Amino acid sequence: MGSFRLPRFTIAAVIFYLVIQGLSLIGVLNGYYIIIINQSLIFVILTVSLNLINGITGQFSLGHMGFAAVGAYVSGTITTILLKLSPDVASNYPIFLVAILVGGVFAAVVGLVIGFPSLRLKGDYLAIMTLGFGEIIRIILNNIDYVGGPRGLLGIPKFSTFPIIYLFTFVTIVIIRNLIQSSHGRAMLAVRENELAAELVGVDTTRYKVLGFVIGAFFSGIGGGLLAHLLQIAHPTQYGFYASALLLVYVYAGGMGSITGSIISAFALTFLSQALLLGLDSLSSMTGLPFGSEWRMVIYAVLLILIMLYRTEGLMGMKEAKLLIIEEEKK
Amino acid sequence: MSALLSIQGMSHYFGGLKAVSNFNFDVPEGVIYGLIGPNGSGKTTTFNLVTGIYTPTEGKVIFDGQDITGMKSYKIVQLGVARTFQNLRIFGNLSVLDNIRIARHFKYEGGLFGSFFRTPGALREEKKIRQEALDLLEVMHLQNRAFEVAKNLPYGELRRLEIARALATKPKLILLDEPAAGMNPTEVSDLMNLIRRVRDEFKVTVFLIEHHMKVVMGICERIKVIDFGETIAEGLPEAVGKDPKVLEAYLGKGGA
Repeated sequence: MGSFRLPRFTIAAVIFYLVIQGLSLIGVLNGYYIIIINQSLIFVILTVSLNLINGITGQFSLGHMGFAAVGAYVSGTITTILLKLSPDVASNYPIFLVAILVGGVFAAVVGLVIGFPSLRLKGDYLAIMTLGFGEIIRIILNNIDYVGGPRGLLGIPKFSTFPIIYLFTFVTIVIIRNLIQSSHGRAMLAVRENELAAELVGVDTTRYKVLGFVIGAFFSGIGGGLLAHLLQIAHPTQYGFYASALLLVYVYAGGMGSITGSIISAFALTFLSQALLLGLDSLSSMTGLPFGSEWRMVIYAVLLILIMLYRTEGLMGMKEAKLLIIEEEKK
Repeated sequence: MSALLSIQGMSHYFGGLKAVSNFNFDVPEGVIYGLIGPNGSGKTTTFNLVTGIYTPTEGKVIFDGQDITGMKSYKIVQLGVARTFQNLRIFGNLSVLDNIRIARHFKYEGGLFGSFFRTPGALREEKKIRQEALDLLEVMHLQNRAFEVAKNLPYGELRRLEIARALATKPKLILLDEPAAGMNPTEVSDLMNLIRRVRDEFKVTVFLIEHHMKVVMGICERIKVIDFGETIAEGLPEAVGKDPKVLEAYLGKGGA
């Protein structure tokens, strides 16, 4: 107790940031890499927030991208409207930050509204319920003309730069890590471990299930908002079932309940996906074989099956890197 | 002696099956009270009714002067009723220390934002909880296990951990569901000493279910015997042990 762990992670984060900025300055990392890194970072936010629901609280959400959609569309609508009113907005970062947070809050409210009735359900039933929710969001967005309908919300100003995304990712990780390693976080873990036992040591299990869901939804909304302001578009298909299932793959591959695992898998799988995209395309053009980049999802799926077969607990299991452990236990 | 727990006309049906039939009894404050009976006689159901897992079909449960019938389990626990389970329900993947700390959570006074940002107030609370948990582990002779993953503990220590976790909620009444199940004779006598020690040091009333006659006769100060949901005897251990109806329920007609 008392040994200071918080700054260690901060120092590591600052060093990592400087390395990436340095490498991009001397031209080792070109713009393409920075885009992939930005996407990886946003996937870190989405994966870590889903892990809070599925891995820490032990619930099963199959509609996590639905919350990201709420964040993306709400924040994107705010900034596009303001941009139309005055072009100066494009460089007004405080407005952007507020828009992102509002997007997160909206996602959290949606999480609360669907969390209360659905978290009475368990396992498969909850999965189906959240699956339905994700699809409802997608279909609603597809049919609201004001936000572009099936064309998507276009003309979102590009606010999400590497430093901004990096900062949000860092704050997300720190807050969720702090939560997990607090008394409230232990109450969530207790729900995962044994719901009845948790209830019988005085934990209001419904409250903590909903809480995990709402906090997860909030950060998912933040991630969605950042994504919209990175790609400058929010499109219903980006947030469908397929995307939610992909996030689940990230969480399982990293390890249920491990933030470290989620961070690693979000980076590794985003990079892998790009590598497969380029690799398979160049392979097919070189050899003339009919295996283009559309096959990358097959390879992805095979990878998931292999992980489940040979490393059921995921890359990290439930373990965390030392860097992320606040209170080192003395043996 | 005033009654800490008072069961009044409590019945419970599972469909057409009468699991508990018109139970009336008081558990006086400070005693070790034993509920015994053959398999399927309604003992665990009684515990589930008292701790709010089931709501009685009829009747009332009064704890410490308050009607707790139909109340949610976690609220009943917060009022001062703790329990252990016949089949252990440990938070297996968490450390022994965390198992104890979770049972203290409902008294945690730091808000959610304190946990997000590790505010000084939240850290003070965390430190307090941690110290209390370590102290409790020491009393229960589990201090060397504090940082081990709970599921790696041997069976006897898991039983003790579950009792420790129940005590961490600072109960007035502790319900032990077959605490001696699966224990060898040495462990059983250790357990009996532990239960007495728990009652004396933590000033709790103990209400236990047990099959093990040595435990029941050795430590219980009052006993209630039930069979098929009906009460067949109640009173002091010596008297109950000689009751012909009790012998019949356990050994069959003419077995005595």
